Amino acid sequence: MSLQEKLKELEEKGLQEISVANELSKLNEVRVNFLGKKGPITEVLRGMRDLSKEERPKVGEFANKVRDNLTSKLEERKEELAQAALNKKLAEEAVDVTLPGTPMKQGQPHVIQQIIDNLEDLFLGMGYQVVEGPEVELDRYNFEMLNLPKDHPARDMQDTFYITDEVLMRSQTSPVQARTMEKHDFSKGPLKMISPGVVYRRDTDDATHSHQFHQIEGLVIDKNITMGDLKGTLVTLAKELFGDRFEVRLRPSYFPFTEPSVEADVTCFNCMGKGCSVCKSTGWIEVLGAGMVHPNVLKMAGVDTDVYGGFAFGLGPDRFAMLRYGVDDIRNFYLNDVRFLSQFNKRG
Amino acid sequence: MKLSYKWLSKYLELDLEPKDLAEKIERTAVEVDSVTRLDYKLKKIVVGHTLEVTEHPDSDHLHICQVDVGEEEPIQIVCGAPNIAADQDVIVALHGSRIKDNVKIKRSKMRGVPSNGMICALQEIGYPDNVVPKDYADGIYVFPADSHVKPGDSVMEALGMDDDVIDTSVTPNRGDMFSMNGNAHEIAAILDQKANFEVLKVQDEQKSADTLADQIKVEIDEQDVAPVYKLMAIENVKIAPSPFWLQTTLMKAGIRPINNVVDVTNYIMLKYGQPLHAYDLDQLKGQTISVAPAGENVKFTTLDDEKRDLRPEDLVITADGTPIAMAGVMGGMATEVSDQTQNIVIEAAIFDPIKIRKTARYHNLHSEAAMRFERGIDYSSLDDALNEAASLVADFSQGKVMSGVVVGNDTKLNPESITIALARINKILGTSLTSEEVVAIFDRLGFSTELDATKQTFKVTVPVRRWDIHIEADLLEEVARIFGYDNLPVTLPTGDPTIGQLTTEQKLMRASRTVMEGLGLTQAMSYGLTTIAKSQQFVKGDHELVKVDWPMTKDREALRMNLISGLLDDIAYNKARSVENVALYEQGRVFYGNGQAQPEEIEHIAGAITGSMQAKSWNEKEKPVTFFDVKGIVEQYLKNVAVAGEVSYVADHDRQGMHPGRTADVLLDGDVIGFIGQIHPTTAEEFKIKETYVFELNLTKIIHAEKKLQHYDVISKYPAITRDIAILVNKEVSNTEVLNVINETKQKNLIKVELFDVYEGKNLEKGMKSLAYQFTYQDTNDTLQEDAINDEFSKVIKNLEEKLNVTVR
Ligand SMILES: [Zn+2]
Repeated sequence: MSLQEKLKELEEKGLQEISVANELSKLNEVRVNFLGKKGPITEVLRGMRDLSKEERPKVGEFANKVRDNLTSKLEERKEELAQAALNKKLAEEAVDVTLPGTPMKQGQPHVIQQIIDNLEDLFLGMGYQVVEGPEVELDRYNFEMLNLPKDHPARDMQDTFYITDEVLMRSQTSPVQARTMEKHDFSKGPLKMISPGVVYRRDTDDATHSHQFHQIEGLVIDKNITMGDLKGTLVTLAKELFGDRFEVRLRPSYFPFTEPSVEADVTCFNCMGKGCSVCKSTGWIEVLGAGMVHPNVLKMAGVDTDVYGGFAFGLGPDRFAMLRYGVDDIRNFYLNDVRFLSQFNKRG
Repeated sequence: MKLSYKWLSKYLELDLEPKDLAEKIERTAVEVDSVTRLDYKLKKIVVGHTLEVTEHPDSDHLHICQVDVGEEEPIQIVCGAPNIAADQDVIVALHGSRIKDNVKIKRSKMRGVPSNGMICALQEIGYPDNVVPKDYADGIYVFPADSHVKPGDSVMEALGMDDDVIDTSVTPNRGDMFSMNGNAHEIAAILDQKANFEVLKVQDEQKSADTLADQIKVEIDEQDVAPVYKLMAIENVKIAPSPFWLQTTLMKAGIRPINNVVDVTNYIMLKYGQPLHAYDLDQLKGQTISVAPAGENVKFTTLDDEKRDLRPEDLVITADGTPIAMAGVMGGMATEVSDQTQNIVIEAAIFDPIKIRKTARYHNLHSEAAMRFERGIDYSSLDDALNEAASLVADFSQGKVMSGVVVGNDTKLNPESITIALARINKILGTSLTSEEVVAIFDRLGFSTELDATKQTFKVTVPVRRWDIHIEADLLEEVARIFGYDNLPVTLPTGDPTIGQLTTEQKLMRASRTVMEGLGLTQAMSYGLTTIAKSQQFVKGDHELVKVDWPMTKDREALRMNLISGLLDDIAYNKARSVENVALYEQGRVFYGNGQAQPEEIEHIAGAITGSMQAKSWNEKEKPVTFFDVKGIVEQYLKNVAVAGEVSYVADHDRQGMHPGRTADVLLDGDVIGFIGQIHPTTAEEFKIKETYVFELNLTKIIHAEKKLQHYDVISKYPAITRDIAILVNKEVSNTEVLNVINETKQKNLIKVELFDVYEGKNLEKGMKSLAYQFTYQDTNDTLQEDAINDEFSKVIKNLEEKLNVTVR
């Protein structure tokens, strides 16, 4: 048997053993047995001394080939075994991905707060400031400066909690506007503000009445404010609240602090204007009151009505939330049932 | 006001659907509550004539009626009404008919006797109880002779139910819309028509020779209480039901027919908006009538038979000093028109609206009359209204109108003229109307205009029937609404730009809420008004309570001085509904009285947690909330809002409502800014809640506290070395005391000390506890040498041993 034949035989035997080795230790044995210093290939190569000068390099080359082949097959097999071991481990580690995730603790903003924040952001974007004021107000700011003198019938429309004859729980957030208008320096530019906040009325709490609720009122005073600007602002506001597909309709109304006064209706989101129980078959939902600021209100705040004019609007986040989400009882907003609050968890 | 489409059609050319008219009214004038078709879904209901009525053999109240319903043969109907009799024209719901609420009537047997329909009461075909004439309130309706109905006629047509009623909701400024007159003019303006409003006058043949002034006088001292006060009289009247057409007209308007006098006053009130009152003249003969405040201690029986204690300022009509009516609100029993009345006097007046409103409100007598007096009366149609009333009463009661009107007061109003410039109209409305267009609008409204062509201004004269219009802005509204709000342009304010930005305070409040939510607390909104006890709970210091003057209930009597009690109410509400794990926070105001008119309003932020911090799940255990969870929330929050000062927590053993051993004040640079702790078990029991931990912080103080600036510290690239130490120390020694000693010891490279274990109990000497800390050392410029660290560390140990008598374990 020539050396080449011997090497060939060794190679085949080695390859055979590599292919059946199914553990790393076995593979190592094969490596030592065939490629080690005392292994048969080394042994065979020792026999090269007896070869002729011409044959020696050929056999040498062949031997190296065999060694390289076995080495690379060894590596391949090693890699295979490692992969198989890993796969086995991973298979053992598999989980039931349909088990529920670990509950994370996160709080929610109150649904009324969400509406207020949304509208604040909208109006901040249009250059308005957000202004707060006292919840315990003077009659003067809550009523008189808003063109509601002592015997005005519209005072009956909003029965009020008084603390003394002249001090009351504000029944609207408009006194904030009266205060701001009074202080505003018009030489420094227009006044654009919204005033969100809590208000109080002497109402017996039931499904649709609450002695406490929220309002957001807006006011713009400048030199060239038109009723078209009011309409545009209300349309923008309605779109923020309801979305683009909704129409806005203005109707005449009456508020002592505006003239002309309007109420703004939006297409009923429930029936898209076809008429349903939510909109009492009208196809419209009343969402805001608004108007051009009454000259008396401007005059009382010391604003020159020949130069300046403006508009005001107001809406109730509670009422809006009731309409929008079908909340059937206004008390839900103030009883803070966690199961109620946590439903409003949509962000963005 | 309930507007009959048919009645309106007398004055206007209405060629549009009632619902379209309603839409126009709503978009141009006043809100419309509903448009109702009175015969909606009614079917096969006809007039029947009872030919024969016999008693049912097997019933003590049923009758067997043979009824002519216009068919060849009469039909038999069993009827239980007490007032059924032969020879009546009645309402018959035939077999297969539909009555109120779409109820179907079918042939049936009643106690064995076949019945081929039903004889109906007015209520059964949809009339509300309060409009049905008294005679027919508890039985079937019987058509009067003057209805001229025939068997088989449609009942809906006979009663005028084939009509639509537009129910408007009139705003306080539009009192003119409380009459057919006002509505006719308004709708004429909307439709660009002229209203054809008919006024009926007393005819010569209706007049008697007797003069009212011979029998009665009126003297009014205070002119302002009744700017107009007039009387007319009709003698020799026969009180009877009013004509059928008038009765059906009133019923459609929601008013119950009474008799031919009262019905006329109500009809005139609907037509002109002028409330009238009729008195029995014979009760007043020879007396002097006056209008004045009631004065002290007056009791008065109104015609609803209620004896009322009048307020001194309530206006009354008096006859020789004796009250006969609450002016404009309700008449009195004594002078009421009865079936025996022979001569009547009708009062047409205008009273002080504010006084009427207050009286109506105080006595809860919101009558149709009071409602109109409150909102104003048309001075220009009062005479027509009174005259037409006298004529109609005379006509219906076969009486004669006595000559003369007795006048107590007759203030005249002149039409107001207001000047407005075209440019002003267009500037404020954002329109580009021409002067022709503006004139056309005023024309439609019936306002006359004088155009000053050079100045482009209008002098607009407003008729007295629109007493709500006084100033330029009122005219702008008229132009805008007739022009149509739909036609206004849609623009946004232009002009100098302004910057929309939250203030620092507002930003911090928003951030506070976000932090709380991130820490797992859900925002609550509780009531600002609470009980006196709850308002004062948990509050330390001398704060004045603010109370509502006239509370509705004890539950809402005082302004809150803390937020926690509201949150505990919330937890109780949840617990009562078996929600055991609750973590809420609230940001809102508390109110401290301070001797000023308005109390101090301070922003607070508070939280309350009960149950488990962690919801139980398949892979997590419940984690009942502890003091340290709440403290962790407060610590994290204060870290996030970056207060610059030193925050410390000092045990608070005597805050009412709180656990004496598990409560701490939160201090910022030594100033108390709030507290944290466990609700006292007794208090928890009062609220009916389980173990609950809370915090409440003065957000106003936090807002105004100095803040750290956002900055960057270089992160060392050299390795950190840690050293652990466990010390045995007296139980009374606090963690803060240990930390103070550690921090007092000068150590160059110490960057962090962390408590990682606290142990008391087994294997430890009584009264002792074990605390374990990890020290972390690191240098920013170099790798630390073990020896250097060991030196520093042993200095700390030495100090702890010396100062706190600790033993290193
Ligand atoms: Zn709808």
